[in-house]
Amino acid sequence: MSGTIQGATGTWEMVIGLEVHAQITSNSKLFSGASTAFGAEPNTQVGLVDAAMPGMLPVINKVCVEQAVRTGLGLKAQINLRSVFDRKNYFYPDLPQGYQISQFLQPVVGAGTVVLDMDDGRTREIGITRLHLEQDAGKSVHDLSPDRTYVDLNRSGIALMEIVSEPDLRSSEEAGAYLRKLRSILRYLGTCDGNMEQGSMRADVNVSVRRPGADYGTRCEIKNVNSVRFVQQAIEYEAQRQVDILEEGGVIAQQTRLFDSRKGETRSMRSKEEAHDYRYFPDPDLLPLEFTQAWVDEIASSLPELPDDRKARFVGELGLSPYDAGVLVAEKEVAEFFEEAARDRDAKAVANWIMGDLFGALNKSGLDIARSPISAAHLGALVDLIADDTISGRIAKDVFDEMMKTGRPPAEIVDQRGLRQVTDSGAIEAIVDAVMESNPDKVAEYRGGKDRLFGFFVGQVMKQSQGKANPKIVNDLLQQKLSG
Amino acid sequence: MSLDKATVARIARLARISLPDEDLAPMADELSGILKWIEQLNEVDTAGVEPMTSVVGHPLHHRDDVVTDGGCREDILGNATETADGYFVVPKVIE
Repeated sequence: MSGTIQGATGTWEMVIGLEVHAQITSNSKLFSGASTAFGAEPNTQVGLVDAAMPGMLPVINKVCVEQAVRTGLGLKAQINLRSVFDRKNYFYPDLPQGYQISQFLQPVVGAGTVVLDMDDGRTREIGITRLHLEQDAGKSVHDLSPDRTYVDLNRSGIALMEIVSEPDLRSSEEAGAYLRKLRSILRYLGTCDGNMEQGSMRADVNVSVRRPGADYGTRCEIKNVNSVRFVQQAIEYEAQRQVDILEEGGVIAQQTRLFDSRKGETRSMRSKEEAHDYRYFPDPDLLPLEFTQAWVDEIASSLPELPDDRKARFVGELGLSPYDAGVLVAEKEVAEFFEEAARDRDAKAVANWIMGDLFGALNKSGLDIARSPISAAHLGALVDLIADDTISGRIAKDVFDEMMKTGRPPAEIVDQRGLRQVTDSGAIEAIVDAVMESNPDKVAEYRGGKDRLFGFFVGQVMKQSQGKANPKIVNDLLQQKLSG
Repeated sequence: MSLDKATVARIARLARISLPDEDLAPMADELSGILKWIEQLNEVDTAGVEPMTSVVGHPLHHRDDVVTDGGCREDILGNATETADGYFVVPKVIE
């Protein structure tokens, strides 16, 4: 699917920008010493600051600032040595202060870039407008009572990074690729666990449509979408909705909408309309956030290798294709598994095993790479056994299945089950002779010009040898004897 | 700049302050008076003067990232008008 919609009156182009709220990995909250651990009993991780008791003052957590700077560096973004906290004012039961401490005019991180690797091998550069620090709100629970809302403030005050993209995305696929790439970068950096199911990454999606090359249309914002798939569905639905309105001669009203994942549609959130007037002003409880370039440099020197750099290394040093390298670096754990398995070996062969058989088998058993029954060392050993002709590629598939089931090392399986490849040409010759003797009619047909029968003989010899005969020797011997 | 009654009513609604109709006009006058003073300040030429963000001359204090607070649910919920199972309970607020 491309980012264009064919309407009755012509072609429309989607324009998409994302605001991603990423929960910062830290022990305690942005402005209080309460814990950030997920899943605690309601209201047990709330300090008096988080509950907005009168007279409480916020004190900033230095590690949260460091994490925001680290993320900014990972996004190749401008780091602002001076930024300012503002109050964003609105009323909601899960926001006890009556305002969210955020950054409006002077965010801690400015413009940056994310490079997308698309499935067809293209890359796309997406602009990052800014990244700012802000507090999360508490959680409202609506399904515990028919007429009451329950409020848990454990999440209240946890540090978030709001990462705002330019309206550079042109299709739901690009939006999905952007979210996955951003999540990958955050995980490499260790600044957010990227766990969308637990809400540590959520996206507000801005969608508009326009004639290709025309000015931007009026956008609608879809709030708080919590999975990559839902983001893509919401974009497809919303863009089509806008095209339908425009083609009937209507106009798009700028709106806040929510995505109903059960129905797969977006609808207007009327309550949010007037809340758009947030009356931002500098928070008088907090001085400007200032730090030195030396501190930023120190953080920069401790950055890990990021997915793009790792991909370039896999292509440049290990000879992988850009596509394969892109797949392998997306998850940090997969990249590390690959590097261990491929050390001093044929990297392409190892990559093929991981991306084909291993991903397939893990997927089938619902496991991720961290819980793979086959260790990186064992997978590497399997590739060695093929490389030194101990087993054939076909037998290796059986050994792989056994490794997946038992987690045992491949050499042990090969020895125990007697799978060692037969490379003794005398032994293979005996089998070839026997096969030819018991199929005199087929031999005659082959010699009479029916070339296609060659495969039959190969199959028979392999079967007789229980798959263990070296395929090259089998081929050579058959060629020689059948033509003779 | 002066504020009209409709703007004052809107500001009151956003701030969740109840303002009877008969108070709108006097309030508009008072707020417009304050804005006029601000406009007067704008007449001062501040070109080349660094904006002052605070009268205290020290940098922003910060904390280490350690858990030092929380675990005081009784205190947190103590003033709430309604609670259940450790939650604050409020009138339904969903569309």
